Amino acid sequence: MSENLITAATIGVVAIITWATRGLPYLLFTKRQPPKVVTYLGTVLPASIMVILVVYCLRNTQFTSYPYGAAEIISVFLVVIMQLWRKNTLVSIFAGTVCYMVLIRTVFPG
Amino acid sequence: MAKWFTAEKTGDIVRRIYERYHTFRNRKKDDEREYSEMKSFTYAIKQIVPLVLSYLFVGLASGILLNKAGYSPIWAFLSGSLIYAGSMQIVMVSFLTSGAPLYMVAIMTLFINARHIFYGISFIDEFRSIGKQRKSFWKYPYMALTMTDETYSVLCSLKCPPDLDKQKVEFDILFLCHILWIASCSCGAIIGNVLPVDMTGIDFSATAFFVVVVVNQWREYDSHIPAITGFASAILFYFLIGPDNFILPALSVSMISLIILKDHIHMGVLEGSDE
Repeated sequence: MSENLITAATIGVVAIITWATRGLPYLLFTKRQPPKVVTYLGTVLPASIMVILVVYCLRNTQFTSYPYGAAEIISVFLVVIMQLWRKNTLVSIFAGTVCYMVLIRTVFPG
Repeated sequence: MAKWFTAEKTGDIVRRIYERYHTFRNRKKDDEREYSEMKSFTYAIKQIVPLVLSYLFVGLASGILLNKAGYSPIWAFLSGSLIYAGSMQIVMVSFLTSGAPLYMVAIMTLFINARHIFYGISFIDEFRSIGKQRKSFWKYPYMALTMTDETYSVLCSLKCPPDLDKQKVEFDILFLCHILWIASCSCGAIIGNVLPVDMTGIDFSATAFFVVVVVNQWREYDSHIPAITGFASAILFYFLIGPDNFILPALSVSMISLIILKDHIHMGVLEGSDE
């Protein structure tokens, strides 16, 4: 029972803090209109955030030792080229993921 | 002859015609509404197709981890529906198994998820106007709290056709993603252990998804300064502080830089669509 209680409490704490981070901007501007600079950030930040998220996804890649993140780099390039060429999101994601899964099994097994 | 034209009879006929016309109109309106609701629903499904792969497998992974740590599927279901954050749920398993104290859990969660604060900024006005409609006031907190990395980028790149209700589409997208996530977390916990194929590397689909979003934004936006700023600060702090904690300083510094560079950035596409 107490084990269940601890599990429930942990999930509860994680959930509440996560909600707090998601709700904060809305709570800050419930009454007043958000200042101009916040509206401006709302339009330009997405472009920065997406690039940072890509780096975030690749954060655990080993770039300093063999194979120097070759599988990740090649697959990311494949996704970029596919997206520029075919402009089909699903095809790009699928091609990149398959390429990555094949590379880490055959060419660069870690 | 005369009795056909009594005031009573005429009133009756007029009322009957009026009623019939009205039911006809209402039915037509219902049909139209149903049609447009269905259309926005199918449109929403099309929008989330690119993230299905990543959601499915990250959700499955977090469910499998919980299951392997010896927790029942009900916990996977609960954390999927309440926490709804992939990397956080995976980290949480190690908190649970190591018996980390709650204040530590709280601080770590704050650090891992603080990036969400930046997501809300783009949607304050929009979601608030949804909350003002009396029937759907609950949608405002729901939509604010179901914003994840993936749904944020889908909503940011959303170009809703003018004949659809944009707020309805946004709600459908967030709702569908949430359901998909809960389902894959629970499935991971229930059947995960018997999955016969080795799926190592499938998590690259999340990376690929964000790369696609970056490519699309790069082609669309007039100014590349925001993307370059983001990349520069991410790389800088990645090398300065290492892979675990770089994201918050990187986000903060790009935010400050973008404020400083305000007069040099003209986001043609976004400004146009805002009007």
